[in-house]
Amino acid sequence: MIDKRALKESATFPANVLAEIHRAADQGIYDIRGFGAKREVPCFDDLLFLGASMSRYPLEGYREKCATNVTLGTRFASKPIELDIPITIAGMSFGSLGANAKESLGLAATMMGTSTTTGDGGMTSEERESSKTLVYQVLPSRYGLNPDDLRRADALEVVVGQGAKPGGGGMLLGQKITERVAGMRDLPEGIDQRSACRHPDWTGPDDLKIKIQELREITDYEKPIYVKIGATRVTYDVTLAVKSGADVVVVDGMQGGTAATQDVFIEHVGIPTLPAVRLAVDALKELDMHREVQLIISGGIRNGADAAKALAMGADAVSIGSAAMVALGCNRNAWVEDYEKIGTLPGYCHHCHTGACPVGVATQTPELEARLRPQQGALWLRNYLSTMVLEMQTLARACGKSHVLNLEPEDLVAMTIEAAAMARLPLAGTNWIPGSN
Amino acid sequence: MCGIVGIYLKNKDIQSSLGTCLASMLVQMSDRGPDSAGVAIYRDPLTEDEIKLSLFAEGSMDWQALGLELEQCTGSEVLFEPRASHALFTVADNGFDVSTWIRANHPALRIMSAGKSIEIYKEKGPPGEFVSQFDLQQFSGSHALGHTRMATESAVTTEHSHPFSTGLDLCLVHNGSLSNHNHLRRKLRNCGVNIQTDNDSEVAAGYVMWRMREGDSLEQALERALGDLDGFYTLAVGTANGFAVLRDPIACKPAIMAETEDWVAMASEFRAIAQLEGVENARVWEPAPATVYAWGGQ
Amino acid sequence: MSNFDLDTTAVRKLNQYLHQTPADKVVVDKPGGRHSIAVGLDASVDITINGHVGYYCGGMNKLATIRIHGNAGPGVAENMMSGTMDISGSASQYAGASAHGGTLIIRGDASSRCGISMKGVDIIVAGSVGHMSAFMAQTGNLVICGDAGDHLGDSLYEAVIYIRGSVGELGADCIEKEMTAEHVQKLAALLHTAGLDHVLTDFRRYGSARKLYHFDIDHADEY
Repeated sequence: MIDKRALKESATFPANVLAEIHRAADQGIYDIRGFGAKREVPCFDDLLFLGASMSRYPLEGYREKCATNVTLGTRFASKPIELDIPITIAGMSFGSLGANAKESLGLAATMMGTSTTTGDGGMTSEERESSKTLVYQVLPSRYGLNPDDLRRADALEVVVGQGAKPGGGGMLLGQKITERVAGMRDLPEGIDQRSACRHPDWTGPDDLKIKIQELREITDYEKPIYVKIGATRVTYDVTLAVKSGADVVVVDGMQGGTAATQDVFIEHVGIPTLPAVRLAVDALKELDMHREVQLIISGGIRNGADAAKALAMGADAVSIGSAAMVALGCNRNAWVEDYEKIGTLPGYCHHCHTGACPVGVATQTPELEARLRPQQGALWLRNYLSTMVLEMQTLARACGKSHVLNLEPEDLVAMTIEAAAMARLPLAGTNWIPGSN
Repeated sequence: MCGIVGIYLKNKDIQSSLGTCLASMLVQMSDRGPDSAGVAIYRDPLTEDEIKLSLFAEGSMDWQALGLELEQCTGSEVLFEPRASHALFTVADNGFDVSTWIRANHPALRIMSAGKSIEIYKEKGPPGEFVSQFDLQQFSGSHALGHTRMATESAVTTEHSHPFSTGLDLCLVHNGSLSNHNHLRRKLRNCGVNIQTDNDSEVAAGYVMWRMREGDSLEQALERALGDLDGFYTLAVGTANGFAVLRDPIACKPAIMAETEDWVAMASEFRAIAQLEGVENARVWEPAPATVYAWGGQ
Repeated sequence: MSNFDLDTTAVRKLNQYLHQTPADKVVVDKPGGRHSIAVGLDASVDITINGHVGYYCGGMNKLATIRIHGNAGPGVAENMMSGTMDISGSASQYAGASAHGGTLIIRGDASSRCGISMKGVDIIVAGSVGHMSAFMAQTGNLVICGDAGDHLGDSLYEAVIYIRGSVGELGADCIEKEMTAEHVQKLAALLHTAGLDHVLTDFRRYGSARKLYHFDIDHADEY
């Protein structure tokens, strides 16, 4: 007879830690999964906007416009990117996602006047045809990289790292290396892909500078070149990205997602997006390059409030990855038996690495892929992006801004001491910024 | 991350061209090192009873007054030569510890180098400006190291520039990034090595000096460095008589060497060497990883 | 024939000219170790460079024939798609990095990481190669007439290595394999392309043991 009242869980060894130790004892290898960091970290939820009052006046809706356009790549490129909204779709590979998902992303982005980004598998024709503005990643693996796609792209993104695993390379398990994926990546079908963590032909910002020059020579100085980093030593990295010649810097916080990485990497490396934004903006201001070299922030951007707060802190745009996947159906409450088959339930699923995505987003299996029709996916994502934009405009108008980029740090306060210190914003109701005054 | 250059003139007759060679090499490395530049020039070796110090002052400094003070301390004539923000002092080496005295009485000054023949000058700003500020083309000498800096983890200041000197006639320039420099800095300070900044390259300089103080030859010190320094590095070390080059075992940071009858040169990129007289006939090679190369003896 | 002197003409101008697919041969003098010479070519251009080049010469080359009479800096022929690059001297590290096709001939030595991440290129080195060569090499052929430094073929996939000289400590999952008649024929063709004459039976073949294709706890120490 168990007295349930006496059952006490250990805070040091709670159920999921026990399960993980048992799993490690069974399998002898680290746990690999998709999605971003799941643990709670200080984030944009801890910041609040100071809306209009007696000293500030709001804008009316409708004719008192709140504009949302942004230009990326003004520093060196002859053809900078013009976006209608300051929200882009982050790099996610064909391979980690299926072709239908990539097409959905492209169609929605085109409808909303924004860009998508290729990933660690190269450019598919579906994505190039469906996406009006396409950013082409140059990653350590160089899978599928070729000068034709370089020239067909609208911008290039040199990936130094991503928030989920700064210092790590790509990963794709055998079950997702289909004939098509294998062909694009020059790998044997069905094997587990091992990826490099450093670029094959440069190491360090001094050599990156030369590499960026090479990419400019190949593309005749037309295309903006982004440098993407996972958030760790953000001050140095943003400074060095600028010194290496980047037009745009992309900073991805630890909440950033992945389709397959070691859990230990996802949860224990990198800093949250909140301090990363502040550090990145500080670095740009120190170099007198704020708004000259544009800053894109990603890693756990979920709604218009997150986006507006990132912009208020000084970013020029945000990028969404996991959220875009969720809009396409990730963790949707459907096909529940198929979630159970891979050992999870809707709302908890992070099983992109299995390739058995029940909603057809992160899979290469045709029967599962068929569950996501590109037109439906595009509609969902377009609606979600529209919602985000409307939310941003609502907040910006309430702060009296006729352009979302006019949001500034002084429009924000923090609700916790950690968030105040990390964002360098005053604790609500006080003048106190921990660490600064 | 940075550019490093080094040149050693085997042919004594061309020593007057040292400055011109060094200047052109330095300027070629501007792209990979735009933040600051520095050189260590070995020339005009002094006798036993004299020592020269290169001193740096932020802002204006009454070098004349300092000279008079030092004359009082050493009881001997002091000569000085101002050069941009630096001044080269020649003082008697008669038992009075000039360096310690300066650190105690003029804490705002920085001692960039001390020795019989070494002169270190370094400054913030692009290499091209450094060359004209310090009139580098005019220098003659036997050998020199140079460095152009792209700051990674420590600030862009004059003190954080290379070359670093932590011993008499000894200096070091570094391209790369050490991953355990904080631990090493603490350990070296415990051993009494004076390390002034948070710059990883200064730690490498301090380490070499420490090993040589403990009795290692330069080669031995560098061999030991392979085990104790962690990270990516191409190092060039200057001594009174020559210089040495070392790459870490992973050897990702670039290094190229060239040798003719008249000179030996090293650089991060070949284009720094491409301008030197006689390069068409030079033997050109890359130093192997984890291997000490040395010229001119210690 | 068109001549370019890089002491008086910018590399940018040269590349712009080459991108317009000139019909005549192009000769480049005084390269002086400059970077990104003849990158992104996309047609059967014929170009000869007299002197030493810096980084990324011939980067992402398609179809062009590029001859270097001198040494090459890091990343020569990186990501080459097709065409030929022929270097009379030695090449610095990362030669042929992630190249997808074409032929890279190095008549001197290649430095470390020769053929890193190669994805289909044929690389023929008359001399020796440095450490970590053919690191994560996916497909293509690497012929080494001299010796190889340590960690040859570390973590390689399906690329094939033919080597005549000595091999240091082998990379993870790289093992010696049998030279079948087919391999001998392939090697002969590669050497012939480079105009090199060697006794075929002096070469050994190295390839992937394929033990890292699926994670197995018993091979964990390879990681």
